[in-house]
Parts: sequence; structure tokens; C-alpha cells
Amino acid sequence: MSGPVIDIEGLTFAWKQGPQVLDIAAFRLEAGERVFLRGPSGSGKSTLLGLIAGVLAPQAGRVRVLGEDMSALPPSRRDRLRADHVGVIFQMFNLVPYLSVTGNVLLPLRFSPARRKAAGGDAKSEAHRLLARLGLEDPSLLNRRVSDLSVGQQQRVAAARALIGAPKLIIADEPTSALDADARDRFIALLSEEVTRSGASLLFVSHDASLAPLFTRAVDLAAINRAGVRA
Amino acid sequence: MTALFSLAWASLLNRKGSVILTIVAVALSVALFLGVEKARSGAREGFGNTISGTDLIIGAPTGSVNLLLYSVFRMGGATAEVSWPTYQKIAAREDIAWTVPIALGDSHRGYRVMGTNLDYFKHYKFGGGQSLSFAEGKPFDDLFDAVIGSDVARELGYTLDTPLTLSHGLGAADLGSGHENRPFRITGILKPTGTPVDRTVHVSLEAITAIHVGWETGAKNPLADTIPEEMIRSFDLTPKTVTAIFAGLERKGTILTTRRAINTNRGEPLMAIIPGEALAELWNVTSVAERALLAVSAFVIAVGLVSILTSILSSLNERRREMSILRATGARPGHIFFLLVLEAGLVGFLGAALGIALVHGLIALFAPMLQAQYGVAFSMGAPGLVDLAVLGGVTLASLLIGAIPALTAMRRSLADGLSVRL
Ligand SMILES: Nc1ncnc2c1ncn2[C@@H]1O[C@H](COP(=O)(O)OP(=O)(O)OP(=O)(O)O)[C@@H](O)[C@H]1O
Ligand SMILES: [Mg+2]
Repeated sequence: MSGPVIDIEGLTFAWKQGPQVLDIAAFRLEAGERVFLRGPSGSGKSTLLGLIAGVLAPQAGRVRVLGEDMSALPPSRRDRLRADHVGVIFQMFNLVPYLSVTGNVLLPLRFSPARRKAAGGDAKSEAHRLLARLGLEDPSLLNRRVSDLSVGQQQRVAAARALIGAPKLIIADEPTSALDADARDRFIALLSEEVTRSGASLLFVSHDASLAPLFTRAVDLAAINRAGVRA
Repeated sequence: MTALFSLAWASLLNRKGSVILTIVAVALSVALFLGVEKARSGAREGFGNTISGTDLIIGAPTGSVNLLLYSVFRMGGATAEVSWPTYQKIAAREDIAWTVPIALGDSHRGYRVMGTNLDYFKHYKFGGGQSLSFAEGKPFDDLFDAVIGSDVARELGYTLDTPLTLSHGLGAADLGSGHENRPFRITGILKPTGTPVDRTVHVSLEAITAIHVGWETGAKNPLADTIPEEMIRSFDLTPKTVTAIFAGLERKGTILTTRRAINTNRGEPLMAIIPGEALAELWNVTSVAERALLAVSAFVIAVGLVSILTSILSSLNERRREMSILRATGARPGHIFFLLVLEAGLVGFLGAALGIALVHGLIALFAPMLQAQYGVAFSMGAPGLVDLAVLGGVTLASLLIGAIPALTAMRRSLADGLSVRL
């Protein structure tokens, strides 16, 4: 991959009838980068991730992901791009309650033939390999109800799910805010390691500025966002 | 699609409790509908099976349904009779192969008494060509012999040689109103037929004449009981009238011309009906009520379907987060839509299947009892076209109804973006 993974130009976004949340002149994330995006609560971080993932459409400007202009693509192609190339980790409650741990990790493969192919013939053992890498090797864990896992374990399952099938971009929306400092640092270290190993790029969002040193680059949303809504 | 199917299945399993309740609601509504439908078709089949092989039924002019009802089903009564000479003229017709005269109007403890001759046991057929057969004994032979149907024997506990007396008229309990001084003896008990024959006491036509000696005015002559039996036996007991005549034709092809000839009979006015045609006319009359009943039970199915809708709609709020997760992991809005539609369809399908199994199980368990007690014949056997149509219809309807919550969830997931809401 030669060009930038994310390339934003002149982006504006407002929720229907609301004030402008985002007005970003330019933002880039190069291949292989692990970028930390900091911003206070309500500043529009989750909204920006929604735009990058192609779940939301901007009012103006361009969001290019892997060279594709998300705003110009028809919705179905946007959904395809996300399914094939983007892994998402949320702040909490990441998991589908009625699927097993393994079932949750395999979820993206249901919607993306490309990632199914990338995960290889035996997707299950690939899921178990990823879980083991993230410190969840205990086989008794794999068939447990996901609601019985600790929050830290849940977040690692979500990370394995984001990573399976080698997507090019991982976006993480405050995945560590429910973890204690120890678990948080371990989680970020493991995630970074696996992201690097699979050759993906990472956009990690949080309000916690102290995390910045754990990434290759840190960006303040307030610095690039001219809309500057206060929570 | 298979990916969504297993997701929908897992999601339903996760909400087992409420899903099972909904499935049971649908199953009960489907069972009610099918039960009504099977009772209806069973009744039709039972009626249709009551008479076969008889080409024409002839009686005094009345409604054709009425003639059919009183001659075959022992329901209602005749308003006029056919005279014996006219019966003989009909029996002698070239185009008529056989005739069986019957005389109705008396009863025994609520069971109709029918006077006829031995040809009845030869020519009367039911259930697509089966002849009457005896469980015990033989046809009547002596003047005061009687042959009873299987229900009469079972319900009254009668065996061969039990004496019985007849009552004048059709009253259920009017013991002592007429013929108690002329006791009959049971010589035969018929095998069950599932037709009104089971509830009939059969005697000879001459016996009907004999017990009415002294009744010539229509009421009992006070001296009637003083006439000794030997004297009655010496009378000419040829009946004066019969109530109706069953007839078989030489060739089926002449049925319409024969009927027209009888209907336009010079002298005594007559009426001939084709049993199948009269039955169809009867169904025309009853179909209004049947349709009303089916419509009511169809509405009950609609209520069952609405319970699918409410159960899914009420789960949507707590599943908002799940939808966002699915979207984030690559599900398109269409996937969200079909997931919920599939869930609704699965619940409908399982409910309908359970309902069908329920009805068939209940019929297998209780049909023999219902048949014996009430004469309602349910159509038994493997699930048929009706069951398949109901299964398909209910599944399709639940898929359609599932579109309502599916659209809501889809629109919501578009508006929510990636921010996962509780
Ligand atoms: N679905 C929505 N509909 C309408 N307004 C929304 C929606 N989601 C977010 N907003 C508004 O957009 C603004 C930015 O919200 P967003 O969730 O992007 O902030 P955030 O930076 O992720 O905050 P936090 O750190 O608390 O998660 C807020 O004012 C919020 O009220
Ligand atoms: Mg947020």
C-alpha cells in the first residue's frame, strides 16, 4: 500500500439540525502508522470514526480510506469497504451477547468474503491464534458466554475480532477507558504488537492524554477541528 | 443468507423464554384454525360417506336438502308420503334396477326406527361402496324382529334377543306413548359404519303397518291394544305408504331423464334427487357458517402473528447496541433488515409447525372418542395440502410482519452511526 490509509480534506459534519460537530481541513494517516487522537468528551471523536468507517456520510469535503472517496461511493460500496478493510473496537459492550467468544471473533468473516479468504481455510484456529496472542489462550474461555468475561477480557476479544482477516485499518474508540492502568497498558501493548505484525494501521481515540507515548504519533482533535463544539 | 440464518437462530436461542411463549401463541392459533378446518372437512367427508351407490332418492315433493336429510341422515321429518301403488310403479320402471322403500316416523328411546325390506341390507352402501355387515345375528325375519345399529346396542347395552318396544312419533323420552304392547326382539346388531345407520332401529315395513293397526285415524284407538297378535299376523300388512325410496339405475347414463320422468310423474306428484347434488346444495347452505367460523379462527392466527410483532418490537431497544456492533463488523443495513425478518419468519415457521403437530397429535388421540361419542369424523392421516398451505402462509405472513421491526432497526442503525447506544 503506497498512499495514505486515511486522507481527509475539508470535511464538515453536523448531526441533523444540530450545530457543526466537525470541520477538519486536513488529516492523514499513513500506512503502518499507529496514531493517537485525543479529544475531550463530546468533541466529536466517535463521530469522526463513524465518518471514517463509512457509517456516516459527511455534508461536505472528502474522506478517503485506502484511496477510495467514502463520500462519493454508493452506500453499499462503503459498507463493503468497511467490512473488508476496517476493524472496529468500541469503548465497552463490544460483543454480541448471543455468540460465543469464538463466534464473536469470527463475526466479520460472515460479512466479508475477502476477510474470510485472508483468515485462511481454518478460520476457527486463526481466531484461537489471535485470542492466544492477546492473552486469552485458556480453552475453557472460548465457549463461555461473553457476558461472563471480565471487561478486560471482553476488550481483548473485541481486538481479536477487529484483527481477524487482516484488515488494513483498525479504529479503536476509547477501548481502554473501562480498564485499570495496568490492564490498559497491557492491552495497548498487545494491540500494537498485533497491528504491527499484520501490517495494519491503527487510529486510536481517547480523552486520556497520558496514553500518547504508546503510539507512533499523537494528534489533538482540537488542533485539526475548527468546529470546536464544547460538551 | 446462511450467515444471517445462524445469527438469527443464535439470537432467538438467546431469548428462549419469550421466543418460546411467542411460538406457543402462534402454535395455538394455528391449531385452532386447523382444528376447525379439519372438523369441517371431516364433517363433509362423513356426510359424503354416508350414502354411496344410490343413484336417486325419491319422496313426496319437498326441498331436495330436506328429502336428503330425513331419508339418509334421519334429520327432520317428511311432510308427505308416497303411496304404495306409486312405489310399485317406480320399482317396475325399466330404467330402475333396484329400489329400497323406507318408512320413518317412529322411534325407540330417541333412536329413529326405520321400516324397510331385506333389500336394504343388500343395496344400501356407505363410505365409497361398503355394504352393511352384521357384528352379531342376522337380518329381521319374523314380523316383530328388529336389527339395531352399533351405537344403539352400545349406548343402551342391548344384546341379541333383548326385547324392545317402539314409540309413536320422534319424541326422545315419550315412553308409553303408543306401541308398548307390541314388543320386538333383536335378531341382529350391525357393525359400526360411522353413519346414521349406527343410530337406527331397523324393522320390516310390515312391522310398521302392524304396530299401527288401530291408529288409522292418526291417533290411537282405545281398542287398539285389545287386538291379539295372532289376529294382526293374519291381516294384510302391505304398507299403505312409504316415506322415501332409494333407487339404483340400470345404466347411470339415464339418470337425468329418469329423474325428469319421476319429477313429472302423472298422478301422484313425486320428487327425485341425486344424493351428491343435494349434498352440494346442503354445503351451499352451511358454507356461510363455515366461512364465518374459519374467518374467526383466521383472525386468531392474525393475533398470533401480532404477538410475533410485539415480541420483536419490544426487544429492539435492548438490541440497539447489538445492531451497532453488527454494523461496525461489516453488516450492511440490508443485513440488519433480513436478520430481523428471518427471526420473525423462524418464529412463525416453528409456531405453525408446532401447531400442525399439535392438531395431528390431538386428532390421533381423540378422534376415535369424538367419532364414537359425537359422530364427528376428523380427517386423519399424514399432514396434507391444507397443513402445508397453513405452514407456508403463516411463515410468509410472519416474514412480512417482520419487515416492520426490521425497517425500524435498519433506520435506527443508520442514524446511530458507530456510537453504540444503550
Ligand atoms: N446519534 C447522534 N445523534 C445526534 N447527535 C449526536 C449523535 N451522536 C453524537 N451526537 C452529538 O455529537 C457531538 C459529538 O459526539 P461524539 O459522540 O462524537 O463525541 P465524543 O468525542 O466521542 O465523546 P465521548 O468522549 O464522550 O465519547 C455531541 O454533541 C453529541 O451530542
Ligand atoms: Mg465517543
